[in-house]
Amino acid sequence: MLAKRIIPCLDVKDGRVVKGVNFLNLKDAGDPVEVAEIYEREGADELTFLDITASHEKRDIIIDVVYRSAEKVFMPLTVGGGINTLKDIRTLLKAGADKISINTAAVKDSMFVKRASEMFGSQCIVVSIDAREVVEINPGNKSSGQKRWEIYTHGGRRSTGIDAVEWAGKMEDYGAGEILLTSMDRDGTKEGYDVELTRRISESVGIPVIASGGAGNIEHLYDGLTKGKADAVLAASIFHYREYTIREAKEYLGERGIIIRM
Amino acid sequence: MIAIVDYGMGNLRSVQKGFEKVGYPAVITGDPNMVMDADAVVLPGVGAFRDCMKNLEKAGLIDPIREFINRGKPFLGICLGLQLLFTESEEFGIHKGLDIIKGRVVRFPDDSNATTSIKIPHMGWNSVRIRKRVSIFEEIPDDSYFYFVHSYYVVPADGDVIAMTTDYGVEFTSAIASDNLFAVQFHPEKSQKLGLDILRKFGELTK
Repeated sequence: MLAKRIIPCLDVKDGRVVKGVNFLNLKDAGDPVEVAEIYEREGADELTFLDITASHEKRDIIIDVVYRSAEKVFMPLTVGGGINTLKDIRTLLKAGADKISINTAAVKDSMFVKRASEMFGSQCIVVSIDAREVVEINPGNKSSGQKRWEIYTHGGRRSTGIDAVEWAGKMEDYGAGEILLTSMDRDGTKEGYDVELTRRISESVGIPVIASGGAGNIEHLYDGLTKGKADAVLAASIFHYREYTIREAKEYLGERGIIIRM
Repeated sequence: MIAIVDYGMGNLRSVQKGFEKVGYPAVITGDPNMVMDADAVVLPGVGAFRDCMKNLEKAGLIDPIREFINRGKPFLGICLGLQLLFTESEEFGIHKGLDIIKGRVVRFPDDSNATTSIKIPHMGWNSVRIRKRVSIFEEIPDDSYFYFVHSYYVVPADGDVIAMTTDYGVEFTSAIASDNLFAVQFHPEKSQKLGLDILRKFGELTK
């Protein structure tokens, strides 16, 4: 049986892990490669690097991080953040990334997703969706009373007016191999994933969906996989701050009947 | 020397790094002569079946690969490198493969109802059932997990080649073995320790 995946995410800025990581016995807790190795030993199923480097001059640093990681860890590696061109994708795949996550660039030009999946294969194109719940203001609207989510870009700051469920379906049609779904309402709150949003998207597409945004404890991981029907859960802080190790999270989920690779 | 066949399809660095990690340096090459002269050959591949066959043909690699396998030297196909060994694939129309193993490459059953059907691609860690305990697969425990990413799977005409199977909506062939010819649908280079064990055992065949 296909196992549900647990994916730690590392925010990387200028080649360094941000959000202080409470690892013991690390020579350099800011080195993404060292952290990646720890997560691999603990049984992470995949790893995601989110590059949040702001300045253009420093954007190449992530390539080196990926290159060095590929020498040390032998699990799937996804890279996202600021990827705009086919050349960006090619460079990162060559450096050792397995999947590339596209967000703002997909909204700017949805054909970019199509071209990328045709050139590199759907299996390596992840479309990242940042969604926020919207309140219907038109009482005459038929969909009034039913929850809606809209997608946001630029790290959740810019509204697009695009419906998240429709967008996920369109991205699937354009060749996305997977959806990384982040609830901007929940991100950073530790209140749990938006399971309703996750379930809506997961049921509407035929490609795997990764739940993200809001995981504060292992119960949240369980909810994302069961109520949210996600195929994988992504979390950053609960693993970084060592509230739980990945192994502890997996043991818990396994005991509760989730199919997990131990 | 192990030769990893480079025909412009996908990232070969992880495969090379995997072999390095277990103590067997491997070269990435698209040179037919180097492939022919290697002690062992690895055929990786991602992307579309048709494009892969086209690229192999363009690079003049089809005959060298056939010849290498015919000589009975160690050969390992990975992912699309497994599928290419078969007679034909139905991905984007019917396309001829290397026809070294009789059989077809077919798509996972699609279902319009996304709530009940399986998701395609089959992506993630899935377990294998050992059907034949041989050579490089000998020490793999039943129900071991490996990392898969694919939408098509192989159906061998002769079940004797099947070394492992995996369940995903259907029970499909996830590894084959026939003398020194091995191929896996999963990615050993992305499957942590157990995957690297397979690369190590394959490397040992060159000694």
